[in-house]
Amino acid sequence: MISGAEIVIRCLQEEKVECVFGYPGGSVLHIYDALFKQEEVKHILVRHEQAAVHAADAYSRSSQKVGVALVTSGPGVTNTVTGIATAYMDSIPMVVITGQVPTQYIGQDAFQECDTVGITRPCVKHNFLVKDVKDLAVTLKKAFHIAATGRPGPVVVDVPKDITAQMCEFEYPKTIQMRSYNPVVKGHLGQIKKAVQMLQEAKRPIIYTGGGVILSDAAEKLTQLARRLNFPVTNTLMGLGGYPATDSQFVGMLGMHGTFEANNAMHYADVILAIGARFDDRVIGNPEHFGEEKRRVIHVDIDPSSISKRVKVDVPIVGNVADVLDEMLKLLDGGFTADPEVAGWWKQIDEWRGRDSLRYKQAEHIMPQFVIEKLYEVTGGEAFVTSDVGQHQMFAAQYYKFDKPRRWINSGGLGTMGVGLPYGMGVLLANPGAQVACVTGEGSIQMCIQEMSTCKQYELPVKIINLNNGMLGMVRQWQEMFYSKRYSQSYVTSLPDFVKLAEAYGHVGMRIEKPEDVEPALRKAFTEHKNDLVFMDFIIDPAANVFPMVAAGKGLTEMILAEDL
Amino acid sequence: MRHIISILIENESGALSRVAGLFSARGYNIESLTVAPTEDPSLSRMTILTSGSDEVLEQITKQLNKLVDVVKVVDLSEAAHVERELMLIKVRATGKDREEMKRMADIFRGRIVDVTESTFVIELTGASGKLDSFIAALDAGLILETVRTGVCGIGRGDRILKV
Ligand SMILES: Cc1ncc(C[n+]2csc(CCOP(=O)(O)OP(=O)(O)O)c2C)c(N)n1
Ligand SMILES: [Mg+2]
Repeated sequence: MISGAEIVIRCLQEEKVECVFGYPGGSVLHIYDALFKQEEVKHILVRHEQAAVHAADAYSRSSQKVGVALVTSGPGVTNTVTGIATAYMDSIPMVVITGQVPTQYIGQDAFQECDTVGITRPCVKHNFLVKDVKDLAVTLKKAFHIAATGRPGPVVVDVPKDITAQMCEFEYPKTIQMRSYNPVVKGHLGQIKKAVQMLQEAKRPIIYTGGGVILSDAAEKLTQLARRLNFPVTNTLMGLGGYPATDSQFVGMLGMHGTFEANNAMHYADVILAIGARFDDRVIGNPEHFGEEKRRVIHVDIDPSSISKRVKVDVPIVGNVADVLDEMLKLLDGGFTADPEVAGWWKQIDEWRGRDSLRYKQAEHIMPQFVIEKLYEVTGGEAFVTSDVGQHQMFAAQYYKFDKPRRWINSGGLGTMGVGLPYGMGVLLANPGAQVACVTGEGSIQMCIQEMSTCKQYELPVKIINLNNGMLGMVRQWQEMFYSKRYSQSYVTSLPDFVKLAEAYGHVGMRIEKPEDVEPALRKAFTEHKNDLVFMDFIIDPAANVFPMVAAGKGLTEMILAEDL
Repeated sequence: MRHIISILIENESGALSRVAGLFSARGYNIESLTVAPTEDPSLSRMTILTSGSDEVLEQITKQLNKLVDVVKVVDLSEAAHVERELMLIKVRATGKDREEMKRMADIFRGRIVDVTESTFVIELTGASGKLDSFIAALDAGLILETVRTGVCGIGRGDRILKV
């Protein structure tokens, strides 16, 4: 017999978990003791529980493995909520183990008690409170199973302290059967056939793909399919890297800050093949405006509730993206002839491309777009890029051309400022030795800045690309455009000296103020300081805005372009 | 449109709040909700009376199915079904009202299940509309208290909701 705490650790070992992100406290002391007595599972001590969850999230995003976080009850749990909600919105598989007060104290307002299952319920795929040590191993097995299968998501397992002390036989189930949970994998063949037929008839087709392609590890299959069809491809913010951005069939990201060609192609397409994407408000703009064009929609998604939620779908295909694409490819092998009018559609797209909607003017100041372009060059397009939330995030998404999946790590759904640095940590722990750039702003970086200390402890050489405009830039942009330049609370004063701050944490700091210094500084950071965390404080043009832009309530084709201003 | 959703769900603690939380988080309305274990005590059966367009109902069913504890969901009102609700109503029954109350209960096939010198408790079962009519038929001033279970329902004939 072993203790509940040892069972927790044994389960992690059985799941081949190499790395857990966490922070100790009273209710998890037994678990931390069990952790101490073994070496297989490594523990990363963060400086704030929010960062533990973000790091576990990025660990998963960049590797396909399930991320794991371990925190104590009460404040440990409440600190994780932002991280859990962030992972939930982007469907990231993750298991969060939370300590709880001993069973007999639950409901008594005990010290560091909170209703973990209640607080996290709306932002988890599922959660459990373990009430008997005999259920502990099975519950953890279920948690990993649920997190990683179907539409993935975070699962919380709340473990009262007394249960971690109780002794029990350990047996880890090899497989798990749940009568209430059986996600579909294979798509319906009849529907897939219909879809292929519809693709043959398409005159103005577009392939629109999202995070589902990444989560399903289907990027290669998507590329095969798109090449086979020779149709244009657009990615959502979450889908970047699902199709090589440098490929000629790629028309760029679509949506609020999408390219002119992507948004127009999406709007005027007569057949949309949507794969692992959900037509959200940032993607299609005003739904009434979007609905004005007549078109047919094929929608492949593992989650039936994503289909026909915001846009009516003609051919729904519920299934795992990779499996469905396999079937489609097989059918295409049987012969496929695209409609001859598709050639004209490509001409139209090339005309839209001619607007060169990502063009920007160089100025005396460093332009943020320029920094990202140089970052792309210096890293050979091979870096993992994590980002925070704001203008810098959009610049990174628009100007770093992701050719591979799982390289672009950002909070798309919840839009959580503060994820960038902990995301960088998670990526490096899952991909040791990789080049990792965290593109951030002086606002966002300060939301999890304490993690510079964690980076020191574990030697995590994230390159922090701080696009410092002294502004909550994205807020300022909206105020400039829609609130007659009343800049209410969007100006950040009393910024720390980031160079000194980085040095105080034991890292390298650089301040870059001139355009001509951008590239050399980046080169230095990625070569000479390969193994250091480098905080690169780029003082950029504070007036730079993100274009194209589809304003709130506007239609996809009603973009504001930089040239209009 | 009015719909009756029947749900088979694992009889775990918190199951009810998962369902109720889903409805409130997504802005679906619940007119009534009843829940109790089935003949297999590991399963609960929940009946929710809701309303919404076809699109909303499609989302409600899909979202319910997405809950990990939910085993099965059907929209009972899509086909032939039987629905019932139970009401207990306490009325003032004194003097000549006593006879009148008794008569009204009989007409609606209610049963008087508690009697005091001045009050009756009448039990009435039926479709919700019948309970509404009973209330409407009484002199409002005589109604002291009402309690209703909310709708529960079952499919007719071969329509069976089981694992
Ligand atoms: C936690 C959190 N709070 C508030 C916001 C709203 N918000 C979105 S972008 C932004 C400004 C971000 O400023 P900064 O990090 O400096 O980036 P910039 O836009 O200047 O590039 C804010 C406040 C958010 N996304 N997340
Ligand atoms: Mg800023």
